[in-house]
Amino acid sequence: MAVVEPFAGSRPMEANRFSPYSDNGGTVVAIAGEDFSVIGSDTRLTVGYAINTREQSKLFRLSDKTVLGSCGCWCDVLTLTRVLTARLQMYNHEHQKVMSTPAVAQLLSTMLYYKRFFPYYVSNILAGLDAEGKGAVYHYDPVGHYERNHYYAGGASSALLQPFLDNQVGLKNMTNATKEPITRERAVAIIKDAFISAAEREIHTGDAVMISIIDKNGIKEERFSLRKD
Amino acid sequence: MAHHNFDRFAAGPLWHNGPTPGGIYNFPGRQVEDSGRFQERSKQPITTGTSVIAFKYDNGVEKGVAIAADMLGSYGSLARFRDCRRLCKVNNQIIVGAGGDYADFQYVQSMIEQKTIDDECLDDGFSMKPRAIYTWLTNILYNRRSKMDPFWNNFIVAGMQDGEPYLGSIDKLGTAYEDNIIGTGLGMQLGVPLIREAIERKPLMSKAEAQQLLVHTMEVLFYRDARSFPKYQLGFITPDGVTISDPLYLDNQKWGFALYKK
Amino acid sequence: MFRNQYDSDVTVWSPQGRLHQVEYAMEAVKLGSAAVGLKNKTHAVVVALKRASSELSAHQKKIIPIDKHLGMAITGLTADARMLSRYMRTECLNYQYAHDSPLPVCRLIANVGNKMQSSTQRYDRRPYGVGLLVAGYDDQGPHIYQTCPSANFFDCKAMAMGARSQSARTYLEKHLGEFPDCDKDELIRHGLRALSDTLPNEVELTVKNVSIGLVGEKTPFSVLDEQETAVYLTSIEHEERRGGGGSSGSKSSTSQATGEDPQDPEVAVAMETD
Repeated sequence: MAVVEPFAGSRPMEANRFSPYSDNGGTVVAIAGEDFSVIGSDTRLTVGYAINTREQSKLFRLSDKTVLGSCGCWCDVLTLTRVLTARLQMYNHEHQKVMSTPAVAQLLSTMLYYKRFFPYYVSNILAGLDAEGKGAVYHYDPVGHYERNHYYAGGASSALLQPFLDNQVGLKNMTNATKEPITRERAVAIIKDAFISAAEREIHTGDAVMISIIDKNGIKEERFSLRKD
Repeated sequence: MAHHNFDRFAAGPLWHNGPTPGGIYNFPGRQVEDSGRFQERSKQPITTGTSVIAFKYDNGVEKGVAIAADMLGSYGSLARFRDCRRLCKVNNQIIVGAGGDYADFQYVQSMIEQKTIDDECLDDGFSMKPRAIYTWLTNILYNRRSKMDPFWNNFIVAGMQDGEPYLGSIDKLGTAYEDNIIGTGLGMQLGVPLIREAIERKPLMSKAEAQQLLVHTMEVLFYRDARSFPKYQLGFITPDGVTISDPLYLDNQKWGFALYKK
Repeated sequence: MFRNQYDSDVTVWSPQGRLHQVEYAMEAVKLGSAAVGLKNKTHAVVVALKRASSELSAHQKKIIPIDKHLGMAITGLTADARMLSRYMRTECLNYQYAHDSPLPVCRLIANVGNKMQSSTQRYDRRPYGVGLLVAGYDDQGPHIYQTCPSANFFDCKAMAMGARSQSARTYLEKHLGEFPDCDKDELIRHGLRALSDTLPNEVELTVKNVSIGLVGEKTPFSVLDEQETAVYLTSIEHEERRGGGGSSGSKSSTSQATGEDPQDPEVAVAMETD
């Protein structure tokens, strides 16, 4: 009995095979400063060429010092972040303190690697303040490799944005560049510019950017509109 | 991390040491088969429902969520079943609408009903809210996709959450999101832009206007969706409760645009 | 030493229809230091008296946070309370995980009640020797629940338990009418006054021996720190001590609190069904 999925139309039957993953787009960018971190994500959630919603932030506030940006396969993102939130509350109860950013970073890596052979298909960037109050950005591959850096772009537009950040934040490939700590205003401006540019060239990124600025006084959130087409 | 036991809905053996429904019988004394289940996993839906569309409306006086789905159960390209109700009332503040495999939907529906009954048996004045059902369904669908044995459905959860309209969508992988306007399948491509434009023109909508818009959207979907049907149901969730209409018909069809219409 | 021939096992009935082991467990609660719980229309408060087992040790923790909407004061065997609190935390976490909403307080308490009951019906178990005073907030408003080793639980307007708690209950009964409409600060002060009534004359409430837990509408459960506690203590400082100290409370718990040799408890009725 050959029964085809509605709308499959002329697609070959191969296309009907069940895949547990989907690519739901989205981009996350984070920059760490001396005593702050900034992390931004777009709010477009896509599947193929369709937009599911234009209002889905991909930032998850884990504590007053830590924000996770997560995109890729959205069902994995939802599950991963929910388990992570529960793990953080368990830690909270057991140790009667909030987990530090470096500890969250290690925990996240462990959780990802635990699913090494059926991975969470997710691109993660963790931003926050470390134990000394310095800005920290960690980025991950889907199976738990992680690394601390000053800036990182992940998700659909990562290939577009990482070289841009290398140049503007890392001051790579510049002659006579003076290395001085990045200011908060500049970090926010670079993130906005990055998303504006990404939205021009990459269809899975757009609609709006949510930006979280993390410093010792807590987390400030900001919204910034992008093109919607 | 202890997870909720979602498998409590799965059927046990038909008799002591017997096979589970769909499983094979293991002779006594033999090594039990690893899974104990012989069945194929779902690789495709069989009898399917097409789009569900829903949106929130609020004009300050009247607010709620409007939801609609037609009543066709397609068997491939055959319009086979014509009385498939795809909107189900969960409790006095929630409607769940479903597209995709109809058998899977009926199974999930029975799980939801059991959950509602469990709630009512406790008799403590608490009933599930839409976000709770939405999250719970997301978990169930994600767990099944992780076993490579998905429920082949799109669900829309519509309801009133603490006095405010609520609308969320979940697909067969457990991909879930909330929005003000949601459509599944072709409803996302054809229905949502239509509704969005109408709401941009008139942001404060009454229930009657919402109903009119919804019927219009169903009509447009019927014109272009080959798996749709002119018999449909409307659902409304308002602060006063839930209503799901009897089957309605698209009786104002305008086929004037059709080139070879006789 | 008080005992009789029908108390050797928790599963043995006495001819009067009593379970002596369960009743003894109820006595364990009266040995613990006092805790008071009360609520108004928006908040629920638990205040508890902390003891230090010696000059050298810190004060024993008396209030355990369970979830964002719920916490409790404990009286009796703290080790048993830890087992129960772990169970309660897991229940809340599971519900939150599966439904993205907090577990209704009454459902949690019913589950705890069921868990505690199972150990009163088996010869190889003993009842939990701890009483819980749970303060929670959910869609039906603030709650104060009391649970007992007998696995009974009560939905309370206000309640006190532990050593010499009768004086606190007297205070709560006297001022019951004022609680619903007072603000959260006054509610805490009522709690502290009730708690201070359980103290012997020579002991005072201090930031070291008092613990305050608060939960309410848009207020996640938290245990107040010493600074915040000090503010409330100062605000009731100059009030006259009421007649509580020493005059009431059960005999056994009085002796415990005043440091006499411990003695076996007298029997009280476990199932207060009237």
